[in-house]
Amino acid sequence: MLKKEGQIRIPSGCAISGIIHKKGKPVINGSQIVDSIAVMHDRSNGLGGGFAGYGIYPEYADSYAFHVFYDDFKARQETERYLDKYFDVVNLSRIPVRKNKNIKDEPLIWRYFVDPIFTKIQEEKGEIDEEKFIVDTVFYINTYIDGAYIFSSGKNMGVFKAVGFPEDVGDFYKLEEYDGYCWTAHGRYPTNTPGWWGGAHPFALLDYSIVHNGEISSYDANRRFIEMFDYKCTLLTDTEVITYIIDFLNRKQGFDFEDIASIIAAPFWEEIEKMQPERARRFKTLRNAFASLLITGPFSIMCGFTDGLMALNDRLKLRSMVAGEKDDVVYIASEESAIRAVCPDVGNIWAPKGGEPIIVRVNREGE
Amino acid sequence: MIIEAGKKYYTELNREIKAAEDREITIKGVLGQRYIGTGVKNKDITVYGTPGNAMGAYLSGTNITVYGNVQDAVGDTMDNGDIVVYGNGGDTLGYGMRGGSIYIRDNGGYRVGIHMKAYMEHQPVVVIGGKVGSFLGEYQAGGTIVVLGLGVDGAFPAGGYCGTGMHGGAMYIRSDVPPTELAPQVVAELCTPAMLEPAMACIENYCHYFDAGIKEILAKPFYKLTPGANNPYNDLYTAY
Repeated sequence: MLKKEGQIRIPSGCAISGIIHKKGKPVINGSQIVDSIAVMHDRSNGLGGGFAGYGIYPEYADSYAFHVFYDDFKARQETERYLDKYFDVVNLSRIPVRKNKNIKDEPLIWRYFVDPIFTKIQEEKGEIDEEKFIVDTVFYINTYIDGAYIFSSGKNMGVFKAVGFPEDVGDFYKLEEYDGYCWTAHGRYPTNTPGWWGGAHPFALLDYSIVHNGEISSYDANRRFIEMFDYKCTLLTDTEVITYIIDFLNRKQGFDFEDIASIIAAPFWEEIEKMQPERARRFKTLRNAFASLLITGPFSIMCGFTDGLMALNDRLKLRSMVAGEKDDVVYIASEESAIRAVCPDVGNIWAPKGGEPIIVRVNREGE
Repeated sequence: MIIEAGKKYYTELNREIKAAEDREITIKGVLGQRYIGTGVKNKDITVYGTPGNAMGAYLSGTNITVYGNVQDAVGDTMDNGDIVVYGNGGDTLGYGMRGGSIYIRDNGGYRVGIHMKAYMEHQPVVVIGGKVGSFLGEYQAGGTIVVLGLGVDGAFPAGGYCGTGMHGGAMYIRSDVPPTELAPQVVAELCTPAMLEPAMACIENYCHYFDAGIKEILAKPFYKLTPGANNPYNDLYTAY
């Protein structure tokens, strides 16, 4: 039997890539992100690949899109019974896939476009914030329904992931059939843990999706803190905790992505001391208030969200990351070749400093 | 001889380079193929495109010219030969380098010259035309690093923690302001013309490769960085 995270340690790089249209036009075909990540084949080892696409479900843009892995029919029945109770299921289907000789042991992969039924929820649970209810539903199903795993739960976005090399995963999910305004991708080379379908990146909750290259040495400190706020780190892998940290800081605490970068990749104290007093005070406050959310160890991450993308390196920049731009499209990847593969004449190539976020926000004005 | 790299896997590309009989080899359309020049003897390779990581790793007896940017770990542990890049360099450029030279027209990344070393006539050289990231010359044990800071005004062209763990060799950094973020054991001195003399050949080569003006370069001061007299690491690495 395949051992899961925490049952085995495999010592070992990763690849990440992201493309975003600054005006939010859903004109980036899924094949582009696949072509980009494929160039970095050797950064992965076939134990996980995945993609997140934003703006891919315009016909159901106002419904939550749940992507679910099922081990068996029973898990599906149980999950659907739960979903039917609280949601109008606008559409459900298996996610279309094609046979790929390198993708094996696939679970049942289903997609549901759902709208919460408020009267029903209020009746049972009182007044409750809609997004909180969605998060609760995801945690409930992932924790209590054996063999069911919701791996994507945002609106007008979706995650596609599997065990395999990313180019095979992209082929398997027929990503050329989707167009979006933003895509991220991950090629996995698991550090310490084996690859399994749920453990592939991106990790997503609501519309947040994370791809990550690196190894977080602060995992347990981060986990202990975030679990105090009703998050359950069930996957025993470091990227999951980053997803919850970002959900906590952005959705619950209302911090913008600049502040989030200042918290998770905070400058060293000696650097804070050199800052202007006003600026130093801000950084000191953030460091003190969220000391346990500092992420240490080497990492480069990309966080997709509705109408935006953030890329960030650890403060010592122990992982590579470059960015470039052409017309209205921004490209970010572990290697420049992955950008040039899809945009040969990309301009303005630069490498952000350690701890310095690249934050791209979609601006639809004038469109 | 001309090789089209296209989507060839790096093993295939490198096999073709090794099998080529000509001394001069031009590779076009390079896109991320790693280890170009590794294990290749007596060739002059010209690369168009974006070569992958570890280009020129263990380079020995071959020269590489790149029209484009290079990625990470170029010249890793190289022995000799010249690498000339008409573009940017990535992170850990010249990692553990022990001979030969690397010239980068534009900027370098983080940890340029990490763990460079030298032994007798083996004196590695890294020259960067623009600016570099943090940890320049980290654990430098020998050789010469030159940063020209072209296009940088009013700021030191190397990032923080410059020379962390440095215990040998020298850095020459051209800047109109003195360094402020050096590792504590590193000594910075404003260069007199005599002090700059050992780096002059590198500066002249840079001007030759990239058609830069030596007069403009020498119009700004250089700072020489060395590990200082009370070198705390000496006893650790050399037992005499």
